[in-house]
Amino acid sequence: MSVHITRADVAKVAKLARLDMSEADLDRYTDQLAKMLDHFEDIDALDLSGVEPLSQPFPLVNVMRADVEQPTLDRDEVLAMAPAAEQHRFRVPPILGLDL
Amino acid sequence: MPRTAVSTAAAVRSGQVRAADILEEHLARIGSREAEIHAFNLVTDDAARTRAADIDRRVAAGEDPGPLAGVSIALKDNLCTRGVPTTCSSRILEGWRPPYDATVVERLAAAGAVFVGKTNLDEFAMGSSTENSAFGPTRNPLDTSRVPGGSSGGSAAAVAADFATIAIGSDTGGSIRQPAALCGVVGVKPTYGAVSRYGLIAFASSLDQIGPFTHTVEDAALLMEVIGGHDVRDSTSIPQPAMALRPELGKGVEGLRVGRITDLPAGADPGVMERLEAAFATLEARGAQIVDVQVPAFTYGLTAYYLVAPAEASSNLARYDGVRFGMRVDAADTNAMYSATRSAGFGDEVKRRIMIGTYALSAGYFDAYYGKALKIRRLIANDFAAAYAKADVLLTPTSPTVAFEFGSKGDNPLAMYLCDTYTIPTNLVGHPAMSVPFGTAEFGLPVGVQILAPALGEPVMFRTAAALEEAAK
Repeated sequence: MSVHITRADVAKVAKLARLDMSEADLDRYTDQLAKMLDHFEDIDALDLSGVEPLSQPFPLVNVMRADVEQPTLDRDEVLAMAPAAEQHRFRVPPILGLDL
Repeated sequence: MPRTAVSTAAAVRSGQVRAADILEEHLARIGSREAEIHAFNLVTDDAARTRAADIDRRVAAGEDPGPLAGVSIALKDNLCTRGVPTTCSSRILEGWRPPYDATVVERLAAAGAVFVGKTNLDEFAMGSSTENSAFGPTRNPLDTSRVPGGSSGGSAAAVAADFATIAIGSDTGGSIRQPAALCGVVGVKPTYGAVSRYGLIAFASSLDQIGPFTHTVEDAALLMEVIGGHDVRDSTSIPQPAMALRPELGKGVEGLRVGRITDLPAGADPGVMERLEAAFATLEARGAQIVDVQVPAFTYGLTAYYLVAPAEASSNLARYDGVRFGMRVDAADTNAMYSATRSAGFGDEVKRRIMIGTYALSAGYFDAYYGKALKIRRLIANDFAAAYAKADVLLTPTSPTVAFEFGSKGDNPLAMYLCDTYTIPTNLVGHPAMSVPFGTAEFGLPVGVQILAPALGEPVMFRTAAALEEAAK
């Protein structure tokens, strides 16, 4: 493995994860994440060739139900908990082409 | 010895004791010690009084309110409760009131339990000390200079302080068993899929399980019978009814093969290891056969877990974006609103795990990290399968240490992660495990012995637990 995480990597990951980072945050997370990844290098000693990955404890197959109407959550109750709602929908700030 | 769920329910159902009086005992204890302990994010005393009165009315009318009639219970604050704030001890969900109940909550209500409150946790269940709660830490009722463990520290403390007779927690890498050990109570992580997770706020979906905290093994068995069993609303739920566990408790351990993992990672305190040896000796004296087994991949569990769990968390926690629930920090456009909300709403440890998970899943690193971690999961599963060909259950310490002091893990996240060394491997493979108090060690503080069993091995696990509990009396 032995890839060493850089400050630029951390800045990129923060952007992907939608987290704002100050310069000080970037320094601290780079240091902490690098230490963790160093520790995780213990697994480099293992020969994992031919080992099948295990993503779930038990094999899962699609779980289907009959295609009939079921009760759902109450729309007004759900929207009442949203930070902003309008006309029975979630309200968000502009998504595209904001001309500032 | 505090009241048990079994004795309370029997007394309430027969009309000997009123549920309202039981509840008042708990509320009085909360009133005198909660300011110091901080087990709860919310005490629902009014709703609890209404419910207890209803239980008493039903008993008086000749009805049976159920197997947990009048039993006070505390719920970890990552379980959805309709109309009752559910925060995950995070600012990002502050003020949110879920529009539905978790299946476990519905089943407990149907069994006659009385909900006394929502318990504190490490934010989004990420931590081993409850120090990561956005609302301040919980203190260990046995020594308030020390942590109760985590992430379900509030639930463990609530039972240890007898604020409630029983509690519910969740366990992704040890979050029920480790605090149970540090607070001297029983804690169970059931087989993956044995208890419905509908309404449990997700942390790492291939690892999370809900389970009980109790004073006794019998109470834990009863609680498992109430909350276990198939639920169509959780597609990972095993399609079979709850296992009957109470009939197992008196069976003893004669002829049982109890495995000692000879290549268990080192690092546990001497006092903790002494108690583990005492547990082996106890079971042997009662007719069990102690066998040596090897689980070579056990030691790699920590690395696999701290790649898999953050990877899944980074995906699960993407939903906290300021759109549908919880807090929002307004900004000029949606992307800026997402980032501003998440940056203000999440605490340090949650951000760290989202970062490591996002990194492990990102293009160019997936195979080196997440892909490898999934292969280690397979190695661990294979090693356990070989061990369970020789042994019916395995015994390890639950936690490498007794309860530690606040701040003692410093600013080094890895030091905290090492608390989970012995509990993590079972989550990675979906097996059941439980912690049973078995004497004391350093500073006179309690030690938990962990019993591991293969998938759906709860019957033999509870049999072993009952034998250890009887010996520890």
